[in-house]
Amino acid sequence: MNEPRATREGYVEGILRAGEISDRVAVIEGDVSRSTGSAAFGERYPDRFFNLGASEQDMLGEAAGLALAGFIPFVSTYAVFLTGRAWDQIRTGVCYMDLNVRLGGAHGGTSVGPDGATHQALEDIALMRVLPNMKVLVPADANQTRASVLASLDMEGPVYIRFGRNPVPQIYGEDEPVVPGRGKLLNEGSDVTIVACGAMVSRGMRAVEILNRRGISAGLIDMVSIKPLDEQLLMEHAGHSGNIVVAEDHQMAGGLFGAVAEFLSRRLPVRIASVSVNDSFGTSGAPSEVMSRYGLTADAIALEAEGLLKDQAAVAD
Amino acid sequence: MEPAELQGLARRVRLDVLKMIREAGSGHPGGSFSAAEILVELYWRVLSIRPHEPDWPERDRFILSKGHACPALYSVLARRGYFSPKELMSLRKIGSALQGHPNMHHLPGLDASTGSLGQGLAMACGMAQGFRLDRMGSRVYCLLGDGELQEGSVWEAAMSAAHYGLSSLTAIVDRNMVQLDGTVSSVMEIEPLVDKWLSFGWDVVVADGHSFPSLEKAFEHAAGTDFPSVIIANTVKGRGVSFMEGRYQWHGKCPDDEEYAEALKQLKGDRDE
Repeated sequence: MNEPRATREGYVEGILRAGEISDRVAVIEGDVSRSTGSAAFGERYPDRFFNLGASEQDMLGEAAGLALAGFIPFVSTYAVFLTGRAWDQIRTGVCYMDLNVRLGGAHGGTSVGPDGATHQALEDIALMRVLPNMKVLVPADANQTRASVLASLDMEGPVYIRFGRNPVPQIYGEDEPVVPGRGKLLNEGSDVTIVACGAMVSRGMRAVEILNRRGISAGLIDMVSIKPLDEQLLMEHAGHSGNIVVAEDHQMAGGLFGAVAEFLSRRLPVRIASVSVNDSFGTSGAPSEVMSRYGLTADAIALEAEGLLKDQAAVAD
Repeated sequence: MEPAELQGLARRVRLDVLKMIREAGSGHPGGSFSAAEILVELYWRVLSIRPHEPDWPERDRFILSKGHACPALYSVLARRGYFSPKELMSLRKIGSALQGHPNMHHLPGLDASTGSLGQGLAMACGMAQGFRLDRMGSRVYCLLGDGELQEGSVWEAAMSAAHYGLSSLTAIVDRNMVQLDGTVSSVMEIEPLVDKWLSFGWDVVVADGHSFPSLEKAFEHAAGTDFPSVIIANTVKGRGVSFMEGRYQWHGKCPDDEEYAEALKQLKGDRDE
């Protein structure tokens, strides 16, 4: 495996390539262009780069205006402020008009680490997922983030792309495409299926190894496209194993677990567990320490999987 | 077009609005009446538009940031030829293109969907940025309510417009002094308004929002400055119907039988002064 890279690096590569592909692509920033990395776009395409300062509501309003003028604006800032501070602008200004605005949510989840709870976006997937017309992509590594940005160019209406600050293991090759509505089956398994997104995908891979060593066959789905959700893939694997563990660096309510549970409860009720932050704010610390504190680990995924299998055995008795 | 003709149009718009709101059973007469002359001036004299080609790319744009005044805008669009005036009576009804607040995907002639206050000016800034990138001459106009200026997002956009020198952008404040809960000064004072806009780097002109010669002069001035410009149009909430004028109770209320008859009489010109 190559050196770990931050998904934000993939975002920057993606917008630079997008800017090259289309002169309609513009970038709106909110005074964190060196954190998100979008400053590189500003250096290459200064005319199409707007740093609007610390003013998320204005950023989203202007993005709607640029889209109405025929541009494809990528709006990037910290996910917590992007999706929370300007939610009504995203709702009424962007989604209601179904505009081609791309939202780049940086520093998603607990990956901000030391900055603490105020800067850790743990509700962003939920906030974006409930909006009509919005699509939600949560890539797991830098290449997949780059591919998500490029895939969004061919999508209609608003798209939210969440990425993180800290290096994560590289999973995908450079040419691995992202297709809206499609997850990636990373491992086949018959006893339990792990459904993960973002930084939890690599942890899901480690959980598969842990479970294998304990004689448990675990499947792994990278649900990069949370909305639209890959319902077909879920049906196949939930039906196969009957046990699902959903893992995300996000609140339990409303995120990937919400999406999967809402779908399966209607179509194919199965045993389901969640590895996530449970109705709590984050805290300061090194990212890996914060993730351990909230149980966002491979061990926690394995433990939940084993719990489901115990429940299954108890029912069978 | 002469002021007398424009006055006739403004009266027509007020009559439409009254009937539409009466037919709908709800709506916002106060802020629709205060904006009647501003909208007529815009759509008959200021905006470069083609009503029979609503999507003409090089047209000027207009955003009704105070979306609740849409009955007046709908009337103006219909009278200007964007759609049949017959549709006006469908306001707020199920399946109607005339939504309670404007939806651009339902009705020709709308350049944005609005209704949540404080959002229009930032959209207008984004449009102006886009047209400048494309070297297009389209100007962008945005009508705001005075109560709406309490939204912080308006001032984020105001800062941005000045920072980027968006001289193709003109905001109009419908300064009718009254908002939903009472007078603007009693609910949350926004004065000194001229100083606020000046300090944000805007060119400011004050106009009589019910006088066509005054509005004409203000719009001419606004189009000629090197800065983003704002016209503070002094108006009267509920203008044209004596018992509605200046009264917050008529921000969003439908007249009953008696009130409707009296308002109709006054707007038709039988008003006892």
